[in-house]
Amino acid sequence: MTAIISFIAVLLLVAIGYVGGSAGPSVRFLFGVVIPYAAFIFFVGGLIARIMKWASSPVPFNIVTTTGQQKTLPWIKHSKIESPYSAFGVVIRMALEILAFRSLFRNLKTQLHEGGRVAYGEAKWLWMAGLAFHYSFAIILFRHLRFFIEKVPVAVQMTDMLDSFLQIGAPLLYATDVVLLGAVTYLFIRRVAIPQVRYISLAADYFPLFLIFGIGATGVLMRYFTKTDIISVKMLAMGLISFKPVVPDTIGAMFFVHLFLLSVLFAYFPLSKLVHMGGVFLSPTRNLPNNSRAVRHVNPWNYPVHVHTYEEYENDFRDKMKEAGLPVEKE
Amino acid sequence: MSKLPKPAELAKVSYQLPKTGWMDTPVEFKPGMFCHGSKPKSLELVGFPNPREWRPADADWKLPENWKEIIIEGIADRLKKYRSFRLFMDICVRCGACADKCHFFIGTGDPRNMPVLRAELIRSVYRKEFTTAGKILGKMAGGRELTLDVLKEWWYYFYQCTECRRCSVFCPYGIDQAEITIIGRELLNLLGLNIEWIAGPVSNCYMKGNHLGLEPHTIVGNLEYMLDDIETVTGKRIKPTFNRKGAEILFVTPSGDLFADPGTYTAMGYLMLFEELGLDYTWSTYASEGGNFGFFTSNEMGKRLNSKIYAEAKRLGVKWILGGECGHMWRVLSQYMDTWNGPADFLEVPKSPITGTVFENAKSMKMVHVAEFTADLIKNNKLKLDPSRNDHLKVTWHDSCNVARGMGMLEEPRYVLKSVVNNFVEMPEDTIREKTFCCGSGTGLNASENMELRMKGGFPRANAVKYVHEHHGVNMLGNVCAIDRASLKALMEYWVPGVGVCGLHELVANAMIMTGEKERTTDLRGEPLPSVAAKEEKA
Repeated sequence: MTAIISFIAVLLLVAIGYVGGSAGPSVRFLFGVVIPYAAFIFFVGGLIARIMKWASSPVPFNIVTTTGQQKTLPWIKHSKIESPYSAFGVVIRMALEILAFRSLFRNLKTQLHEGGRVAYGEAKWLWMAGLAFHYSFAIILFRHLRFFIEKVPVAVQMTDMLDSFLQIGAPLLYATDVVLLGAVTYLFIRRVAIPQVRYISLAADYFPLFLIFGIGATGVLMRYFTKTDIISVKMLAMGLISFKPVVPDTIGAMFFVHLFLLSVLFAYFPLSKLVHMGGVFLSPTRNLPNNSRAVRHVNPWNYPVHVHTYEEYENDFRDKMKEAGLPVEKE
Repeated sequence: MSKLPKPAELAKVSYQLPKTGWMDTPVEFKPGMFCHGSKPKSLELVGFPNPREWRPADADWKLPENWKEIIIEGIADRLKKYRSFRLFMDICVRCGACADKCHFFIGTGDPRNMPVLRAELIRSVYRKEFTTAGKILGKMAGGRELTLDVLKEWWYYFYQCTECRRCSVFCPYGIDQAEITIIGRELLNLLGLNIEWIAGPVSNCYMKGNHLGLEPHTIVGNLEYMLDDIETVTGKRIKPTFNRKGAEILFVTPSGDLFADPGTYTAMGYLMLFEELGLDYTWSTYASEGGNFGFFTSNEMGKRLNSKIYAEAKRLGVKWILGGECGHMWRVLSQYMDTWNGPADFLEVPKSPITGTVFENAKSMKMVHVAEFTADLIKNNKLKLDPSRNDHLKVTWHDSCNVARGMGMLEEPRYVLKSVVNNFVEMPEDTIREKTFCCGSGTGLNASENMELRMKGGFPRANAVKYVHEHHGVNMLGNVCAIDRASLKALMEYWVPGVGVCGLHELVANAMIMTGEKERTTDLRGEPLPSVAAKEEKA
């Protein structure tokens, strides 16, 4: 049900983008310039605000989750990354987490067999699909820089070349287009096909999948099928970043669908679970060193509490203590 | 009390999901799956709110008029205090990687026991009350109203989580359900909604120094019994000291080890080891608890109970502190004590008086784990060991959750173990070390009225033990945790009969040849030693 609602919502957004892109110049200006600007401002501002909000709450305790051997006696092999003691170890741990999804790589599949035997199997598909999705998305974003920079930088050209290494079709097929759409499709299928995952899924889990699929699909359509006037699109993009926006008449409606969905994604980003992009950097179970026994972690709101002092304890039990031969402070 | 089903029945876990979504599926309080509510006296003693007689199964929980306001304000307050909480409310993508990692989910099949869903119980209210989308879109945005039913659901499921952190190992963002349960329980405690199995030990510990409420003379008395047993086994009479000023080391261990077997055998192990070393140490009757059930109540209560350790070390003028075998005790000591009650600048950096080893890794909090201490002794050849005395045992090792995932102590106990036993077998690799499974009874859930919950929660752990029991003839489950020693015993009796439970230092003491001891014929449990048993058989 939540999936269907999300799907309809995205269809509606597609329709809005299409209508906007097919309308007169002022509406096309709204969809080509005003909304993208607003979405970008919302994205940057919203993300900063969200991160500031997280950062405004302190980390009162060192709650690192250790996934390896602590640093202890010199002859015991210390797991420098899984149980980092130094800042350097933490950096490596975080880099692995962010760039290689280290924790997700550990994923296992737990199965209960006949006769009550529990078995654990490899489960790397989610990790693979996650990596494929994030990296292809990042590469596609990077490739798009060719629209925003007059003289396309070598790095972007190289990416473009490598991405189309398959040398299929004209224009050349980008591998990342296929991977992105494939990965998003997989993430959607697993969300509905695995009963437990379907059970926990909210509209907010389906919506971004459909939205990103829509963005990818319209991009693919424009490149390989409906053919878009690249020169005009570049004019629009250059206009946007040089703050001299123009909306050439030669741009088709399909492009406006693409741009509108992307604007929605940008605006939606800071309000949604997609903020995990920023959040993962701040996760206290991962970004702290396991050194709280050697270096005191300070809690800024630590406050004095009521305690039951030794004096009170001895007052309660003095006779019994003396009888048991225990030393006392006051006779 | 409800009747505990047979193991064969309990092993048939259904993972069938309800037809209705979880927000629309009412929670059913099943007997055997929850603990008794806190008694008024236990709350009054430590000044907790809303002390009254109440029963979790009753419709009326006798809550204050403004209970909802208290909870919402409580959430707001904690969002400001804990980055973990604020972050974990926002960044979960519900990928489900944590779902089948929870021992309670594996053992019950209850979808609300998937860590992600347990977190959603509180996240849904957070969205409704604290996010714009949730305020406007409500259920569409995953938000829901805080009602009495929701509160009851929280209670039921936050007392079905043992804060073991296994889920946090697999989460791509490091979201730690333990942290959410800790805060969830804190919120419940604002309304006096604790369980007696926690609230009772907390008030005991506050007033008497330990969870079991052992008064000073009882502690001495209990140790005397152990000393008698040690004398029977070794022919040596040991005379430990209590509350002694000027000792070099203060020794603190969970009170469970002073109370019931097999914990008492571990305590006998400590006594024998320290005697053999001639260690200048003292026990304390005031700081007579290493564990901390306050930690399962609220951050503040955890701090209040923990304060005694440093306070006593200061009063007695010791140089450093040695800590016994306990799981959550070491999470608290490693990650909280110094922050709460430090800096312990009146102590010295721990240095083993036997080997001269300086424990740099504990240079600020000044407390050493006895497994670290003993590993260092063995490495430096300071103990005379005869591991064959443990030859009647085939031992496997249970990593306690907190020690594994909240401290990272994995190798020290293994090193000690391999030095004192000849037969050691690891359980399957996905069930040990950082992926270890909880005993199912941690965080104060080791009561008797919730036995079904405990057996279900301990199912994955027992399953792995069963595997090595059947394939390798394992008959002893070693660990460094007092709650394990108390609860795994019941778990083994239920799931894997024929496997005993012991602490590390019981095995150390069995193998250790003491100066001037008589020829031993039995182990600490009074069982004939393998050599003796073999002779008897011949005869």
